[in-house]
Amino acid sequence: MPPHANRQRMPHGHPLMREAMSMADPAAAAGAPPVPSVPVMELGHITLRFGGVTAIKDISFDILEGEVRAIIGPNGAGKSSMLNVISGFYHPQEGEIRYRGKVRPAMKPYQIARLGVARTFQNIALFKGMSTLDNIMTGRLTHMKSGLFAQAIWKGAAEREEIEQRERAERIIDFLEIQAIRKAPVGSLSYGMQKRVELGRALVSEPSLLLLDEPMAGMNVEEKEDMSRFILDVNDEFGTTIALIEHDMGVVMDISDRVVVMDYGAKIGDGTPDQVRNDQAVIDAYLGVAHE
Amino acid sequence: MTTTTTVPPELGTFPRVVQRNATTFGERPAYREKAFGIWQGWTWIQAHEQVRALAIGLIDLGVEPADKIAVIGRNRPAFYWTMIAAQYVGAIPVPVYQDSSADEVAYVMEHCGARFAVVDDQEQVDKLLDVSARTPILERIVYVDPRGLRKYDHALLHDFAAVQEKGRTLRAELDPELDRRAALAAGGDAAVILYTSGTTGRPKGVVLTHDNVLATAKNTCAFDSLSEHESILAYLPMAWVGDFVFSMAQATWAGFCVNCPENAGTMHKDLQEIGATYFFAPPRFFEGLLTSIRIRMEDASAFKRWLFDGAIERARAVGPALLEGRDVSLPARLLHRLDHALILGPLLNATGLSAVRVGYTAGEAIGPEIFDFYRSLGINLKQLYGQTEACVFVTQQPDGEVHPDTVGVPCPGVEIRIDDSGEVLYRSPGAFREYYKNPEATADTKDAQGWVSTGDAGFFDSSSGHLRIIDRAKDVGRLANGHLFAPKFTENKLKFYPDILETVVFGRDRTFCTAFINIDLTAVGNWAERNNIAYASYQELAAHPKVYGSIQSHIEAVNRSVAEDERLFDCQVHRFLVLHKELDADDGEITRTGKVRRRTVEQKYATLIEAMHDGSDQVYIETEITYEDGRKGAIRATLEIRDARVEPRADAAAREPAADAARAPAHA
Repeated sequence: MPPHANRQRMPHGHPLMREAMSMADPAAAAGAPPVPSVPVMELGHITLRFGGVTAIKDISFDILEGEVRAIIGPNGAGKSSMLNVISGFYHPQEGEIRYRGKVRPAMKPYQIARLGVARTFQNIALFKGMSTLDNIMTGRLTHMKSGLFAQAIWKGAAEREEIEQRERAERIIDFLEIQAIRKAPVGSLSYGMQKRVELGRALVSEPSLLLLDEPMAGMNVEEKEDMSRFILDVNDEFGTTIALIEHDMGVVMDISDRVVVMDYGAKIGDGTPDQVRNDQAVIDAYLGVAHE
Repeated sequence: MTTTTTVPPELGTFPRVVQRNATTFGERPAYREKAFGIWQGWTWIQAHEQVRALAIGLIDLGVEPADKIAVIGRNRPAFYWTMIAAQYVGAIPVPVYQDSSADEVAYVMEHCGARFAVVDDQEQVDKLLDVSARTPILERIVYVDPRGLRKYDHALLHDFAAVQEKGRTLRAELDPELDRRAALAAGGDAAVILYTSGTTGRPKGVVLTHDNVLATAKNTCAFDSLSEHESILAYLPMAWVGDFVFSMAQATWAGFCVNCPENAGTMHKDLQEIGATYFFAPPRFFEGLLTSIRIRMEDASAFKRWLFDGAIERARAVGPALLEGRDVSLPARLLHRLDHALILGPLLNATGLSAVRVGYTAGEAIGPEIFDFYRSLGINLKQLYGQTEACVFVTQQPDGEVHPDTVGVPCPGVEIRIDDSGEVLYRSPGAFREYYKNPEATADTKDAQGWVSTGDAGFFDSSSGHLRIIDRAKDVGRLANGHLFAPKFTENKLKFYPDILETVVFGRDRTFCTAFINIDLTAVGNWAERNNIAYASYQELAAHPKVYGSIQSHIEAVNRSVAEDERLFDCQVHRFLVLHKELDADDGEITRTGKVRRRTVEQKYATLIEAMHDGSDQVYIETEITYEDGRKGAIRATLEIRDARVEPRADAAAREPAADAARAPAHA
């Protein structure tokens, strides 16, 4: 079952809407999410250089179906570069990336998006002058088929398509509880809210792999708690696989299934939060080592 | 009188009224809910079908007559249907405040013995699972929103839609049983149990019968000629009697449409879209709305401010007169028309109140300024006085007879008398049957002849014949010098300032009055922004010397106004402090409906009150606070105490100021 087949049973509060949708499959509705075992993405011996600087040195790890996978490390460890490699924005000089078992060639970002990979950005890359709703609708772009002309006349297929896309955007708005800011220009929203809108835009494209670049950066405790809950809900309700970079160790340890630790471009740890927390190399990297 | 104020037996219960609506108003809208950005609607026929499907589903779950069903959630058609479905099967709905803590919910569930609960979402389910671990009474939980519940143990959980679906499949089998139960119900049966938030002690379960509620609905709908063409926004807590009477009783009786907002944050937008014709809001809502209009206007350009101020000033002169049908000169009338077209109309639209035909406020006194502002815009805002035990309505203001300082005339069918101590008593078809499982409290409140004590002190205004409420009878007292002390009188005057959110005045048995002030973060924060005052927290802003300065000037202005009232002259505030935290329902300091729990505040902040009366200039306090999820924390602060200038008594002008300056540590 493709992970976002779940989307048909997306939670939404409205009884009538739910009646209209398939109520048929009680087993699946009550069923457990897929056991994380099949790798969505495997990264083998990745090395990435910028001129003479080696940002990533020979790193290998995988991301399993349905898990929350975190990449952590001190500043300058190469985390963002790693996420950019996963998202296809950077092309590593060495190593191979396998996506769902097949070697992934160098691709343009929009091609990667069509593969079902969506992301958010550390510095928020929304259209500030557009409303929340319009920003989220742009996330449906890869699913729109009607041409410019049909969109302009807005009849027949184009109209149906727009309504369908709007419906999906509204489900995400409901899911992220941002109804109150639906029509508000994104530039007027608080930082935490903008982050939520950006997550919405990534989610609405129905990704099977969601990449989050420091989703909690610059947030207060309450906003962090909200965001953590949404990440877990996304993972739980839609079965979306999530890879994230985060500075806040507490948050990472709470919400991740497995954690990769990087330092100076190299992988120094990999495992469950508990394993990583007790790993001497990781402790040294974070707390520093006394020099003899 | 009794013939006009009771309901005929064929419409004697809620299910029967809904049945009538399905026949009479069939295709008219009954409920709307905004979901996914669109208003979804149900006609009376559809609503009746939803209710019956649910009712049969409930029978299938094992609901028996006289069972209690707790209803916990925000305003949604599903919960109104749940209450009617419960009544259909002979059970009694017990709506519970959705923001109650697990402890509060546990108390209510245990006290009423609810075996069933119909709730909104995961948050409420979590709360109830916590409760059910403590009390074994709860058997089934039905949830409306399944999000996040997939991995839960579904031994006692049921999906709302699935229960309805099951009900539909069992229709052939259980329809007769449902009709049998609906026919058994009588008007004297309990229609609902509402737990009063209570400013003192444990909540009490007020039992209202179908007769109580429907008779009240019938009389009050007639009073304001409410028909099936009204439209109302259901946004106040469902556990509050007001929502039950407006959105359940009056709406079903008159057959008008109940609109449920998308969520709490969108209420304003939704109100604007729906254009409610019948609207109730507590004074706090109108105050907040006016504050936000003022803030927006202060940020606007000088030209726009000039336009706005001019239009408002003209409206203040002619608006109320036009509303009451008094004579207005032609030029003034024309200018007012123009103002309406260009300035006031768009303003009204922005408030969402442009279609309001009948608007009510109650619960606390509303400032004459605020009240007049809305009336001058042409909104027919009126006051009513009521309580849970009366199905809300005790007195209300008729159209055209509106005075800001009174609460109107007795509602149809209501008799009122003032007893020797000055307390207001009433007798009405809406008067409650009893406090559930609490005969002593019932006997204390309602006597053998059916007279119910309100606990409020009041009198009939001799000029208008309308009722005037002074204060809670038990809050009215004497100062040490024997003069009358009615804290609310001063508090209400203070609260009319937009930067004062809440205030508590102390003075019973003391030599002078003092006050706690809660600043309004929106208003003061905006003011701070415009004046380049930096602050990092509520606490820091509240303690800012400039904030203190402006509060002090408000208090001194209020003192001047209080001094004009001969009887309450001594209720002037001599000393005050600005609290470092907002009084909060989670800390038990105010009720869920926003009324100050005076005793709790007095106990909790005893050191502060003491310090204000013993002459200290500052005081240190450590306060325990409760977060929304129930965790506890503590905040510490050193608060400044300031003196405010008070007006001397005219006859003692020579003596009084000296005494004021040399105020000794005075508490006995």
